[in-house]
Amino acid sequence: MTLILPYAREDAGQPPSLHPPYVSTVPRSPRQPLVRIPQTLTELTGPAGCWDNLMGESLFDLTDQHLARPLGQRIVVAGRVLDEQGRPVRGTVMEIWQANAAGRYIHKKDQWDAPHDPNFTGAGRVITDDEGRYRFVTVRPGAYPWGNHHNAWRPSHIHLSLLGPAFATRLVTQMYFPDDPLIEIDPIANAVPSPYRQRLVSRFDIETTQPDWALGYLFDVVLRGRGATPLDPEYGEDDHHD
Amino acid sequence: MTEQVNPAPRLDNQDPGLFGQTPSQTVGPFFHYSLPWKGGADLVGQSDMGARPELFPEDHDVLNLSPPRGAIRGETIILEGVVCDADGKPVPDAMIEIWQANAAGRYASPDDDRTDIPLDEGFIGFGRAATSEEGFYRFRTVLPGAVPGPGDSLQAPHIAVGVFARGVLKRLATRVYFAGQDANATDPILALVPAERRHTLIAREAPDKDGGVWRFDIVLQGEGETVFFDI
Repeated sequence: MTLILPYAREDAGQPPSLHPPYVSTVPRSPRQPLVRIPQTLTELTGPAGCWDNLMGESLFDLTDQHLARPLGQRIVVAGRVLDEQGRPVRGTVMEIWQANAAGRYIHKKDQWDAPHDPNFTGAGRVITDDEGRYRFVTVRPGAYPWGNHHNAWRPSHIHLSLLGPAFATRLVTQMYFPDDPLIEIDPIANAVPSPYRQRLVSRFDIETTQPDWALGYLFDVVLRGRGATPLDPEYGEDDHHD
Repeated sequence: MTEQVNPAPRLDNQDPGLFGQTPSQTVGPFFHYSLPWKGGADLVGQSDMGARPELFPEDHDVLNLSPPRGAIRGETIILEGVVCDADGKPVPDAMIEIWQANAAGRYASPDDDRTDIPLDEGFIGFGRAATSEEGFYRFRTVLPGAVPGPGDSLQAPHIAVGVFARGVLKRLATRVYFAGQDANATDPILALVPAERRHTLIAREAPDKDGGVWRFDIVLQGEGETVFFDI
């Protein structure tokens, strides 16, 4: 069998599982230490390239799923999916979901008193091209209150879900907007240590902005990359487990 | 005409000095209309297992997909259980993902190039399920075959599991093994788990069912806390 290089471990920018200011992490995060294991064929493989058999076709325009256009600021979000060596991750699926421009999700359990938009569902998916590029069209989601603490508000954000090439590269994250003062007081964004949380903040870009049509934001997603050391015949890249 | 210029750069996603892994964030409570598609938890059939369609509008068909399946070899099994938190309370907004080899022990992945082991047309081995209000999840799949481990070792039949939920900032990775498999005793990954915690990774066949129903509860914290991996 072909030798497969293991993927890099977590870098310093990943949040801890327990971040008490985000109250729901307290009963839902493990207290026992994670058991470090070598990456085997199980972790080094994944359903790469068969997203269309699983989830269906690309749905890149979230403003074009109903009879009329949704309310709100139309935006284009574009960027690349890369590995840690800066190489494109081709043909991978990125699933997207978000609140509408008023900050309301179409989800039945979102009972906040902001209006639904009959022309906006807020779900889509895109596939990266040969250069790892993706692009989707949506409206800027609104901020919304949540029950974490008194007067808590989530910053505007778009949820992103990526499979990548392997079980080891799976990523679910959230993308934020550059002009949003709520980011610095949001317990979820702030679970990511500084300065790495700025990786989650998109950049307004005039080149991506389309004249007379939509504002443009750039956001690259970097998945764990193949490490430089091949699998040790005994226990993966090293025998250190803590 | 004014020249088109970008605003002054600031510390953000595009800053080369910050280049590195995109940090994980919670899936939150409102993923149901985007991620767990109808049929996503049925890896061998055409049912709509996996989604929670009562949580989003009926006319929302983004996720309404149950792909056709070919003939899939092996023993069909149900894998089911409850996700609970530190207080033993069920987690009604978790998403479980599984990834596994087919019955012959081959992954449907371009990175598993052992062409001497047959794939099953229509079997991908990836599934997704949302938990119910009672914290319950269920998959229908096949019992996976053994797959190679580090060096010359062989891994016992197992299924990789990822757990996502509100309050879970990054995916929790674990594995399901199956009680009664001789290969469990020599599995190189189980061997890394403290002996007294191994039982949290071993599904048991439900005695009160017709057979082929495997129970695997996921305890996020506290007594009987499931072993999660750093991979």
